Amino acid sequence: MMYDWLYNLTGSEILAAVIQSLLPLFLFILPFALFAVLLERKVSAHMQDRLGPMRVGYHGILQTVADIIKLVQKEDIIARDNDKLFFNLSPLIVFMGSYAAFAVIPFSSVFLGSNIDLGLIFIVAVTGLVVAGILMGGWASNNKYSLLGAMRSAAQIISYEIPTMMIIIVVIMLTGTLNLYTMSEWQTSYFWNWLIFGGPGFGLAKFILIPFMMMSALILFISTLAEVNPTPFDIPEAESELVSGYHTEYSGMKFAMFFLAEYANMFAVSAILSALFFGGFQSPFGYLGNLFNVPALIPFEQFFWFTAKGIFFVFVQMWLRWTLPRFRVDQLMTFCWKYLIPFAFVILIIVGLITVLL
Amino acid sequence: MKDYFLKFWQGLWTIAIGMKVTFKHLFVPAVTIQYPTEKPELPERERNRLYVNMDDCIGCLQCERACPVDCIEIETVKAVPGEDLGKTSNGKKKALWVTKFDIDIAKCCYCQLCVFPCPTECIYMTDVYEFSEYERDNLIYDFVTLTPEEREEKKKNYEEFLAKKEAEKAEAARKKAEEAAKAKQEEKKEDKKEETKPEDKPKDKEE
Repeated sequence: MMYDWLYNLTGSEILAAVIQSLLPLFLFILPFALFAVLLERKVSAHMQDRLGPMRVGYHGILQTVADIIKLVQKEDIIARDNDKLFFNLSPLIVFMGSYAAFAVIPFSSVFLGSNIDLGLIFIVAVTGLVVAGILMGGWASNNKYSLLGAMRSAAQIISYEIPTMMIIIVVIMLTGTLNLYTMSEWQTSYFWNWLIFGGPGFGLAKFILIPFMMMSALILFISTLAEVNPTPFDIPEAESELVSGYHTEYSGMKFAMFFLAEYANMFAVSAILSALFFGGFQSPFGYLGNLFNVPALIPFEQFFWFTAKGIFFVFVQMWLRWTLPRFRVDQLMTFCWKYLIPFAFVILIIVGLITVLL
Repeated sequence: MKDYFLKFWQGLWTIAIGMKVTFKHLFVPAVTIQYPTEKPELPERERNRLYVNMDDCIGCLQCERACPVDCIEIETVKAVPGEDLGKTSNGKKKALWVTKFDIDIAKCCYCQLCVFPCPTECIYMTDVYEFSEYERDNLIYDFVTLTPEEREEKKKNYEEFLAKKEAEKAEAARKKAEEAAKAKQEEKKEDKKEETKPEDKPKDKEE
């Protein structure tokens, strides 16, 4: 594993742990955020028959770098009546919450922050911190729009956590583990072993499970989508109503941290979806490393497949974002409580019966 | 219950339709024109910056009068006899020095009303539309082809001409008065030399 390798390299447990924990940030989250912001702008532009950023670098590749440079230079404005402590703490907590989720996400069979057995519950727990951070920031901003946005965000994230948890329970019942690494290993080899196609093994159960798994993947996608606040669920930000929601009062680097957290979250959510239902880091068609007998190649292939799946789901999120208009608050709640939760509950019962009976 | 499932299904189905539409548009060529490098093709009769071809201007002030926002200011000076100002392209003889032809393009409302009355078609709309300036004064366009010295010279020439004429007139009047006085004096003596002098007067006037 990564940690052992780093330990052997540096000879110090602390150094190895620090490097290990910083790697996903510098190796993955920051480049991903840079890429995702550009992707978002390009995808939205082309969906609206525009071109998007074109000036900085070839077809605007360096646009986000330029934006980051601009954000770093910006004045950090703190209004007089802000609650200074919580105002400053909020972006940190939000970023921490979404960053901590990356600790248990298995990027490949060797690149995995922490192989803890409570992986899934850990993710749900630490992403709960994001809600606290958002509420804190919105409240401490001393601005009615920020407060409204934060309240909406809290209401939304908490209610959508319920279908998420239900689907996670469904997956736990089938796999019998909370560890994302073993869960990905379980769906190994070929794509028909993915959980969305009923998991490995060819029994009656597999074929009965397929429709329910597809439904639950959809529900998980929708409910985790609601937790990252892109457009159909962007009532916490709602530019046309609330300026920009809970981060209205933030500027410069603090705003950049919210932004980074949002994109990190987007990927974290896609990573969970792919780890649960789409085989995680497993390749859909076997590995080139096995084919050519080069075992060293496999982790890189796995990393490639994992990021490819993650970016695909991020793309689907963007796709939805530029397709659908925003929900009203009542529609949002109706959708969660009247549709997602009953469906998730029925799936929970049926899958429970299947696992017991078959 | 049936309604409930129908709604759920419709929701999913309509989202799928919407996503299909947006996905198609991903591959539709963008309509964006990247402005400073690519420029849109303007219509034939576009109305942008005004231009005055001073070679053809006869200083008739028609455009100044037509302008609804008074952005054109023209001053003319009559040519001194003997000066040849040339002809316009449609054969009109120019008789006036245009010493001031200012268009305050910041005021211009691009109505093109000044273009139609021009008898020589020397004021017209061009296709230039990028003429922003840092200083508002730079937007007052001076179309006169004469240098400031030349303008002063033309004015001076005309004034001198006027003064000369005035002086000649005065001279003539004085002479006339003198002659009249002389004549009166001589009338009493003799009535002979009156017919030679009046010949000079019409000569002065002709000049």
